[in-house]
Amino acid sequence: MSLQKKLENLFLKGKITRREFIAYTSAVGLTAVLSPVLLPAKAQAAGPKRGGRLRMGLNGGATSDNLDPGIQLAMMPQTLVYGTIANSLVEIGANGQPVPELAESWESTPDARKWIFKLRKGVEFHDGKSMDADDVIYSINWHRKEGTKSAAKALVESIASMKKEDKYTLVFEMENGNADFPYTLSDYHLVIGPKDTDLTKGVFTGAYVLKDFEPGVRAFATRNLNYFKSDRAWFDEVEILGINDVNARTNALKTGQIDVMNRCDLKTVHLFKRMPGIQVMRQDGFKHFTFAMRTDTAPFDNNDARLALKYAVDREQMVKTILRGYGRVGNDHPISVANRYHAGELAQRQYDPDKARFHLKKAGMSKTTFKLHAAEAAFKGAVDAGVLYKEQAAKAGITIDVVREPNDGYWSNVWMKKPWSAVFWGGRPTEDMMFSTAYAKGAAWNDTFWAHTRFNELLVAARAELDEKKRRGMYVEMQRIVRDEGGVVVPMFSADLAAATDKIGHDKLAANWELDGFRAPERWWFKS
Amino acid sequence: MKLPKLNSITALVLKRTGLGLVTLLVISLLIFVGVEALPGDLAQAVLGQSATPETVEAFRKELKLDLPAHVRYFTWLGAFVKGDFGNSLANRRPVADLIGWRFVNTLFLAAVTALVAVPVAVLLGILAALYRNTLFDKLISMVTLSTISFPEFFVAYILIALLSVQVAVFPSIANINPQMNLWQKLYAICLPCLTLALVVIAHMMRQTRAAIINILSSPFIEMANLKGLRRLRVVVRHAFPNALSPVINVIALNLAYLVVGVVIVEVVFVYPGLGQLLVDSVSKRDIPVVQASGLIFAATYVLLNMLADVLSIASNPRLRNPR
Repeated sequence: MSLQKKLENLFLKGKITRREFIAYTSAVGLTAVLSPVLLPAKAQAAGPKRGGRLRMGLNGGATSDNLDPGIQLAMMPQTLVYGTIANSLVEIGANGQPVPELAESWESTPDARKWIFKLRKGVEFHDGKSMDADDVIYSINWHRKEGTKSAAKALVESIASMKKEDKYTLVFEMENGNADFPYTLSDYHLVIGPKDTDLTKGVFTGAYVLKDFEPGVRAFATRNLNYFKSDRAWFDEVEILGINDVNARTNALKTGQIDVMNRCDLKTVHLFKRMPGIQVMRQDGFKHFTFAMRTDTAPFDNNDARLALKYAVDREQMVKTILRGYGRVGNDHPISVANRYHAGELAQRQYDPDKARFHLKKAGMSKTTFKLHAAEAAFKGAVDAGVLYKEQAAKAGITIDVVREPNDGYWSNVWMKKPWSAVFWGGRPTEDMMFSTAYAKGAAWNDTFWAHTRFNELLVAARAELDEKKRRGMYVEMQRIVRDEGGVVVPMFSADLAAATDKIGHDKLAANWELDGFRAPERWWFKS
Repeated sequence: MKLPKLNSITALVLKRTGLGLVTLLVISLLIFVGVEALPGDLAQAVLGQSATPETVEAFRKELKLDLPAHVRYFTWLGAFVKGDFGNSLANRRPVADLIGWRFVNTLFLAAVTALVAVPVAVLLGILAALYRNTLFDKLISMVTLSTISFPEFFVAYILIALLSVQVAVFPSIANINPQMNLWQKLYAICLPCLTLALVVIAHMMRQTRAAIINILSSPFIEMANLKGLRRLRVVVRHAFPNALSPVINVIALNLAYLVVGVVIVEVVFVYPGLGQLLVDSVSKRDIPVVQASGLIFAATYVLLNMLADVLSIASNPRLRNPR
């Protein structure tokens, strides 16, 4: 802390008087006149300020990354594309509600099968072309076209047709009703670029214009002077550095070489919090860790065996040891407290060795050894979590054998291949997206290979239901079904921890993705 | 020096170059087989958790990964001999573009480190030999051996903790970029340079010391001593030139290490060198990039070893003028 800062602090705390403050500062040759603390309080509380270069050091960049909106696998490209240089039709606000972005407004028919989107007028791409309905159709089709390798393919598959009504009106016809369609369009893959261009070139509508991108190393962008939001994009320049080593990120922030880092080290974050000049930001989002059992494979095809394993995990201890307290216990379903229809009324499943033993006996598997496959690649601490689970289950007479798998190729060779494996889920902003992605019968990532008739009926019905109360009832029932009959153990939801210098200002953080919904570059600012 | 004498060196260089090329060919085959033997392929590795069978299949087709392995190898080899390194499979950028500036960065770090480490190591080695078995000799042996015994990342973190966090002298990350000038770059790489220097100095210094001490027991040194020459002159003018050959070999090995073996230091200091690219490419099974960087590393070894042999011969009159 500089001398001036120290004096300012003393003054603000009332330890020294205004007169002393001026005397001391001038005594050491500082200019008290310029100090902001002497200004009236109102001037200090002024809102965001323009200017400065935001330097972010992010985990999750690889030299093999690219800017294809369909393949955004990790934090660095996601923050760069969705958070810095591009926009979707809809964005998710700090309260988890859909907010118009490139769309101006939308409405749907009562069965939620037809959606009419009005587009914002006068939006320009970085190359100067103005945006209209054709660009939107082209950009959405990027994920629907023949031979696409987009990860968002499943999201846009339910669009039966897109029609341009006029230059700024677009009609989506859905195969089935989908009340959450605006949420779908807020997905970070579904950014809008100019028609008939290669969307991997980084030309979009966003707050900053990409100047330089070296995958996994550095991205540099400058403020888009034509940006259509006047109350956003406060920085002059944004620099994103790929720093995968958590110690390197921490040191870089400590020594002032970067302003923001993501994914703090859980082991040292308590020390970090005490450091002057650093703010640690916690977001309780959708991210959760699971142990997925293949319900089509013995012994996990037996619901009593699954229940035994669900009762055999001490979630409180998991959160305490594996997440060091930075998370919440799960209730064996993937819906987070940050979701709209989280079933808070559902009883929390507790660690209960007796019930576990009872279900194990009922399944007739007292002698069975359950093999749990895990690797650090699944999520940080997955192997430790497995070993902890093994110890906890042992108290209920359940034998778990933790098989340590190689990190390399975990998602192609272990996940959805082995009968029971540790899984990372980033979660989804809506119940429907989460359930359709990983719990619906036949879904590509239904990693429990689960097919529950009532659940699947409810899934389709709830998707098209516009009546809030009825809809809530349905989602609560679905969470109960997954909890009691599903193939997944959800021991914990992990909080996101980011840190920044305290010079950074921000409003309430959106929880849909890390770093204020990836949007830190356009939502945050330097206080002075 | 007369021409015929050089011939032996020229012949050696030619022979070694030929053998080097064969080595590189074999290595390229080994790399290819190695990467093929890893589970999964690029399509799965790049798409990761989000890979569905359909998208993986589409991706494979696009990248021609559905062709048999030997066809892919020979297509690559054919292009490579013509000087076309191909494109990265993961992000379609030319391999030459990916590697070029990174290799320059790697060489920059290696060169700066070598400029610091080699003179210091040789000087310390000479001094250690000069003051053999004194407290000074034991002290530098102890210090250099301790720095080489710690893993590099440990040395790196200690240096960061001391020189970057405790006393903010040097930056903790060395992410140099083209917007910086030479001085800014040199300042940025102070810590990685120091880390690497600490790791390589011990080896070179010990070898220098041992080689000189070995020579010091020869009859002609005894003769020099009996003539009444000063000890410093004996060591520097009489012993050191004769000890050059093993010292050059060790220096060459350490230089090669500075180019190819610094991945961990690159990660800790976020230095954009070739090592990180190689690691990322292997994990993504991006064969053209792995091949090109692997071959660059192999070529570095071959070249430096050849250089070491040539210099040893040039520094040794007996080898220079074979009977």
